[in-house]
Amino acid sequence: MFYKETGQFKSKYKEELAAFPLFEDKIGIGILGVLTFLVIPLFGLPGLNYEFAMGAIMIPCMIFIIMTLGLNILLGFAGQISLGTGAFSGVGAYAFYKFITIFPDINIIIALVLSGLVSAVVGVIFGLPSLRIKGFYLMVATLAAQFFLTWAFIRVAWLYNYNASGAIEGPNKEMFGIIMIGPQSSGMTRYYFVLVTLIVLTWLASNVIRGRIGRSWMMIRDMDIAAELIGIRPLVAKLSAFAFSSFYIGIAGALMVFFWLGAAEAESFDINHSFLYLFMVIIGGLGSITGSYMGAIFVWVVPVLIKEIGKSAFGFDAFVMENFSTILLGAMIIIILILEPHGLARLWQITKQKLRLWPFPY
Amino acid sequence: MKKHIIGAAVALGTLISTVSMSFAEELLVPHLTYRVGPFAANGTMGANAITDYFTMLNERDGGIGGLKVNPEECETGYNAQKGVECYESYRGKNPLMHIPNSTGITLQLLQKAPEDEVPIFTMGYGLSAAAKGETFPWAFNYPASYWSQMTSILSYIDSETGLKGKKLAFLYLDGGYGREPIPLLDKLSPQMGFDVVKIPVAFADSQNQGSQWLTIRKEKPDWVIMWGWGVMNITAIKEAAKTRFPLDRFIGNWWSGAHVDVEPLGMKAKGYKASNFTPSGRDFPVVQDVIKHVVSKGLTKTEPQMPGKVLYNRSLFMAVIMAEAIIEAQKLAGKPNVTGADVRKGFERIKLDEARLKELGFEGFTPVIGSCADHEGQGSIFVHQWNGKEWDRITDFIPPMTDIVQPLLTEAAEAYKADKPGWKTQNCS
Repeated sequence: MFYKETGQFKSKYKEELAAFPLFEDKIGIGILGVLTFLVIPLFGLPGLNYEFAMGAIMIPCMIFIIMTLGLNILLGFAGQISLGTGAFSGVGAYAFYKFITIFPDINIIIALVLSGLVSAVVGVIFGLPSLRIKGFYLMVATLAAQFFLTWAFIRVAWLYNYNASGAIEGPNKEMFGIIMIGPQSSGMTRYYFVLVTLIVLTWLASNVIRGRIGRSWMMIRDMDIAAELIGIRPLVAKLSAFAFSSFYIGIAGALMVFFWLGAAEAESFDINHSFLYLFMVIIGGLGSITGSYMGAIFVWVVPVLIKEIGKSAFGFDAFVMENFSTILLGAMIIIILILEPHGLARLWQITKQKLRLWPFPY
Repeated sequence: MKKHIIGAAVALGTLISTVSMSFAEELLVPHLTYRVGPFAANGTMGANAITDYFTMLNERDGGIGGLKVNPEECETGYNAQKGVECYESYRGKNPLMHIPNSTGITLQLLQKAPEDEVPIFTMGYGLSAAAKGETFPWAFNYPASYWSQMTSILSYIDSETGLKGKKLAFLYLDGGYGREPIPLLDKLSPQMGFDVVKIPVAFADSQNQGSQWLTIRKEKPDWVIMWGWGVMNITAIKEAAKTRFPLDRFIGNWWSGAHVDVEPLGMKAKGYKASNFTPSGRDFPVVQDVIKHVVSKGLTKTEPQMPGKVLYNRSLFMAVIMAEAIIEAQKLAGKPNVTGADVRKGFERIKLDEARLKELGFEGFTPVIGSCADHEGQGSIFVHQWNGKEWDRITDFIPPMTDIVQPLLTEAAEAYKADKPGWKTQNCS
């Protein structure tokens, strides 16, 4: 009914390989585009204060999607488990901070790409053990990265320019005459910047994954010995996955600090955040770009909404809602994983499948 | 049909206007709390006291200037990132001020305050340099900054045993809060001729200070000064008693000398000292009022024995400074319905001298007198000592060494401003 493939003929390979082959998908994406580019930035979300909708829901959501995409490349597509996500995002954030303070005239986009690259290099270094070890052992190695890097964020005072506070803070900084980051920037400009970054990075990820490199990652994930036998070099495949993933995570970390929080200490990159990102990937669905979107949105938005609704509609105390939303999120994670171990992405796929046949399933 | 639509529109319009009216007709005082997390025991008492004081004002006086005060809480768990999220969630609701209740959160909000035009009030914590009103128009740390407090403690030590040639150990919580007085100690130690050994306690090691106290035994300092919080305090005092360090040479700052820190140890903690600026006890008229109007009526989660404890009374004092700022702002604006910008001016006009304190039921608390240039009020502290059952006040008010602290604060404020182009200052002359 809603997905009618009949009558949609494809006469070229290009059409067959398009990202959104179905006409209905194209409409859906178009609506989503209008919503995210026009409706939400102009009017905010219904029933919520505009600044709150931007600062507490939309911007962090998109940043976490980039973060989840990054981790999903490593975990879902290349099969290399990592608990160092929080620390790698910190590398991106601190690198961005150093770039914009050492070179005050640097373009923000260049600084962002460079900090992503710094994070990629660090990711490759800590990814080296993946050539020797797998699974739990690799997890422990990345855990070491997590602890070492957060230690460095506190102890290496050069990283935060010897600030008394030990925090990195976003100064006001312009791009093309508009203040993009810092306390004077508006929620709308930051929203658009993050949105465009997200779209560019999603486009890049989906193409890389569909291409030669992405396929080599998936071969390594599915069976590394077989992959090696048919000519995939594990060194290149694994390290490129670490580099690519850390690049995304680093950019997300820089965006998180400078386009959302405004300032951060080492605790914004601690192990708890690594777990949070891992949840997002697993809830969303391993090895799926749509899943990365859904997982990040679900894990971030649900607790925020629970807290808001509990406070405004039922008049619960803030700390009660804080505890309650944690409990509820935990319960929902368990329920979702029992009902659908492959995450929300699989759920979406099933829904699509059903909608194709609706209302006459057979 | 048309009638219905008009009717519905009118109904909707009145609904919207009543909703927006109800927003405007109260004084929103956002209140970042930490009732969960590692410091929950301390945070809950402070949060209760602030809410209780405003509830008491609402019950007894009908609010401030005829408007009810809404001390709306947001839970941070003492986590800086959560704190920033909380801060963002109050946008557009006309918050009158922000009280971050954590030095880490304060440091991150300082930059946002001038742009959002909402003052930040950090009583007895936060960035010391914020005392300089000309550089930090939007931040206040009445009644004294950490640096002022440290010089008061040093002059107490000087009066007890002399300071020159002595060795001090500085035991601190390794975070924004604990590291805050280190630049001052580094500056003062050559100047005043004492040695200082800095011993950090990592957040995660709060309950495990064996190695720190081993260092203290090895170094044999004459005094130990502590900048601790939460479970770190009680662990340190326990370790000190265990390693036979003389407890009357062990002095905590004002966040390291509450009932929760020593009560479980009882007589074992006897002799431990701490600085303070808010006397404990239930005899103050304001504490009695809170008990009468709030606690005994069951309008709070506060347990009946809590009023009068060190942290409770301190948070009452925090609330009264906030209330005074709103009162001054209302006087200045000539209307009860004020904004954050008005309250900022109110903070600068605060005059809690002895007479006013007595009037409000706070006799014996440290006076706070603010001005445009002075955002810390240069309040004095006293030292109190645990006698095994209760805190005894053992000194008069000890003023800070103004001549030493002020130039250092100016220097720190200049340094803060230096790498922030476009930082908003004000001219007080």
